[in-house]
Amino acid sequence: MTVAETSRRSGAFRDRASRWGGLIGRELSTVAITMFGLLLITFLIARVVPIDPVLAVVGDNARPDVYDAARAELGLDKPLWQQFAIYVGKVFTGDLGTSVLTAQKVTDDIKRVFPATLELATLGTLIGVVLGVPLGVLAAVYQGRWPDQLARILGLFGYSIPVFWLGLMGLLLFYAKLGWVGGPGRIGVAWQDFVTPVTGVILLDAAMQGEWDAFWDAFSHLVLPSAVLGLFSLAYISRMARSFMIAELQQQYVIAARVKGMSEFRVIWRHALRNALVPLITVVALSYAQLLEGSVLTETIFAWPGLGRYITNSLLNADMNAVLGGTLVVGAVFIGVNLFSDILGRLVDPRTR
Amino acid sequence: MTTWTEYLTTDSPQSRRQARLGQLYRQWLAFRRNRLAVIGLGIVVALLLVAAFAPLIAPFDPLAQNLDRRLMPPSAVNWFGTDSLGRDIFSRIVHGARVTLVIVIMVVIMVGPVGLLIGATSGYLGGWVDRALMRVTDIFLAFPRLVLALAFVAALGPGLENAVIAIAITAWPPYARVARAETLIIRQQDYIAAVRLQGASQWRIVWKHVVPLCLPSLIVRTTLDMAGIILTAAGLGFLGLGAQPPIPEWGAMISAGREQIFDQWWVATFPGVAICIVALGFNLLGDGLRDVMDAR
Amino acid sequence: MMHPTPPLSSAMTEQPLLELDNLRVNFHTPTGIVRAVRGLSFTLGRERLGIVGESGSGKSMTGRAILDLIPPPGEVLADRMVYRGQDLLTMDRRSRRKLRGRHISMVMQDPKFSLNPVQTVGSQIAEAYRVHHKASAREAKERSLGMLEAVQIREPARVYDLYPHEVSGGMGQRVMIAMMLIAEPDILIADEPTSALDVTVQLQVLKILDDLVTSRGMGLIFISHDLHLVQSFCDRVIVMYGGKAMETLPAAELADESARARRHPYTLGLLGCLPDLDHPKAKLATLERDPAWLA
Repeated sequence: MTVAETSRRSGAFRDRASRWGGLIGRELSTVAITMFGLLLITFLIARVVPIDPVLAVVGDNARPDVYDAARAELGLDKPLWQQFAIYVGKVFTGDLGTSVLTAQKVTDDIKRVFPATLELATLGTLIGVVLGVPLGVLAAVYQGRWPDQLARILGLFGYSIPVFWLGLMGLLLFYAKLGWVGGPGRIGVAWQDFVTPVTGVILLDAAMQGEWDAFWDAFSHLVLPSAVLGLFSLAYISRMARSFMIAELQQQYVIAARVKGMSEFRVIWRHALRNALVPLITVVALSYAQLLEGSVLTETIFAWPGLGRYITNSLLNADMNAVLGGTLVVGAVFIGVNLFSDILGRLVDPRTR
Repeated sequence: MTTWTEYLTTDSPQSRRQARLGQLYRQWLAFRRNRLAVIGLGIVVALLLVAAFAPLIAPFDPLAQNLDRRLMPPSAVNWFGTDSLGRDIFSRIVHGARVTLVIVIMVVIMVGPVGLLIGATSGYLGGWVDRALMRVTDIFLAFPRLVLALAFVAALGPGLENAVIAIAITAWPPYARVARAETLIIRQQDYIAAVRLQGASQWRIVWKHVVPLCLPSLIVRTTLDMAGIILTAAGLGFLGLGAQPPIPEWGAMISAGREQIFDQWWVATFPGVAICIVALGFNLLGDGLRDVMDAR
Repeated sequence: MMHPTPPLSSAMTEQPLLELDNLRVNFHTPTGIVRAVRGLSFTLGRERLGIVGESGSGKSMTGRAILDLIPPPGEVLADRMVYRGQDLLTMDRRSRRKLRGRHISMVMQDPKFSLNPVQTVGSQIAEAYRVHHKASAREAKERSLGMLEAVQIREPARVYDLYPHEVSGGMGQRVMIAMMLIAEPDILIADEPTSALDVTVQLQVLKILDDLVTSRGMGLIFISHDLHLVQSFCDRVIVMYGGKAMETLPAAELADESARARRHPYTLGLLGCLPDLDHPKAKLATLERDPAWLA
């Protein structure tokens, strides 16, 4: 390599590195601002609540001086912005307060329930991607024919059926009438003590400990709720995949690939889909985040001990620390998933790499 | 009849009203060709009629309990059966149409103008106003809608009004986005420049010229969003955070039927079917309207 | 201008590469049938045949029809369509596809859009080779590097790993030529191959194209709206209007003032509406079109 060449290469490398530096900086500032907004909203919600947090500590019949002391202790006598600063500081040290319902730290509660939700949402998205992308591609290729109609119908239903009702109907049909799947809950009572939680993801734990009967039982419980969530993910992903593919199939490079003599299969699945994948990554990430949200209702139906049920249970018991902690975590996951998909999208597309 | 058609389809309308009516008529002709959209329109009209004439259609009082006739299966008397308090489910669903309609209309009344104003202002003024407003919009968009609504209801307390407020707070950002995108296009047009040269104030340009042109896209967006609003409201009702008993809200009715789902399936099934049909109707109508009005 | 015209006799004595008789391309639309090509006939030997016409004259559709790349709702009809003795009309789609790239290939207008943006240019060239030849990845890569060299790219190894957005228009079009010639086809259709390029690189790309076509003894169908270009670059020219050939003539005769009287009025119109530095005109002629020509 000549000197000139070497210097040109390192120059190119420096360009790329500084571009990435700027990019990451911009992404991080977006994340920071959004995170700040999220904290502000949860903080304000906590202030709006008609429940007096001081009374919750001292009881209804406390003397005024005791009340004031408790108020000062909670920091409620300080100006609002100071209270907010304290709140932010606490959140960043992992202190989300104590749950009234479980009498435990909200952070610990969430750590315990979150894997169950993750398991559900991940499997649901997996179903959505594995079935939705091919369906969307076929719908784009055979416009107006049966795959297109199927995608259209699935899309319409996905946007029109309440997720909790579909879950109930699924339980009624596949569990009560047909007996194909396990009922509510994450695992049958009989197997409950066989699996020690390590990762919290029950399928992984059972597999690692070689408890295959427990594994299959857990699986039969997981199938229905994740299929219900998967249907919504499928509806969304196939609809978007269809429109992205229609756009790609009209491009000149597709004709060029045909001129080369490539088979239609390779033209569609290798050339066009590879290009449609770039925007699809964002869609999949969005769908994943939406499933986390959809799990709030689904988990209630399936008695699934995840974050969604934790939030709703706390809600019904006016356990504000737990509700806002849960909201914060779901919001943070949303932001994280968005960031991740942005970066992944850039990596996949050589034009923005 | 022919004179009307002639009046509407003429190439040289005599008045502004005739031109406007003529355009509406042509859009209607295009809309009518889309069979699914017409079905959607039919469903929405049926919802309006059912809501308007609920007392005449429902055979029973939706709140009247009859403990002797608890959890009766569907029959000639109680078409959709009865619930655990012996109330007629069909009558409750018919009256529930009113609740659903109230929620949807309230949310749209609150969200539409706010979204329109924020979006149009942001898009028209540009600069730091635009950046600030869009940043706030992005923050709201980055949040899980239902969870945020839940948190708001938790703070405000359960109830129909609070559910509406919570949904509205989380529903406006997409409207602002649509309105902004439209405004950015309209702003570039020459006739806006002409209006500005005539000395019209910023406020007048936004209100008189930009806003009316944003409306078609916003109407389409609203119709498509109706289904989402209905589903979110039903979700809140299902969790016991929306309309409180004994109001016959469809989501709450499903929740009430949850306990008996395996033995008395009809209690939870029929309200869900009602939600599906209405949401489907708005989706079909919205798709059709988009094809007709939103040619861009 | 670039190469002496090969003697016509040698091109005509051997078996022709492509014979077309009464080619028609129709599109069935809700408002009626659109006739993009209405009865075009020609025979192509190892020569450079130009097809000129305005946009919408059906020249591009002719190229696509030969390659079996007319999308639905279009249909291709012909009395005769033969590639080196093989009847294309009775051939199934799969066999037609096997002809593409390997026997008949096409260079398209804009490299910016006709190269796959998420694949390196090298892999796109290698891919074109491996579709038709049983070859290891390494062999295909070596071939591709050789082909990049053949289109006069200076650092083939570096360019091989670039993405389409990282190469200039002229280089992109040379990549395109490499990709379309690597399987060594007999016929190349060049559909406005230089129209999207800067004027400065147009001639350079044309020269490369011409060298390759001539040295390999290929048949070239050069589709263009540019009469001057076709005149200097091709052996024979078909002038198309409204999907029909107005006339076919040796390129040399286009410039021949003495042959003017024998020219079709449309050809004269095309010639007349071009500015000429040596004989400046106060006003350029408007192109005249006579519906009777299409009868």
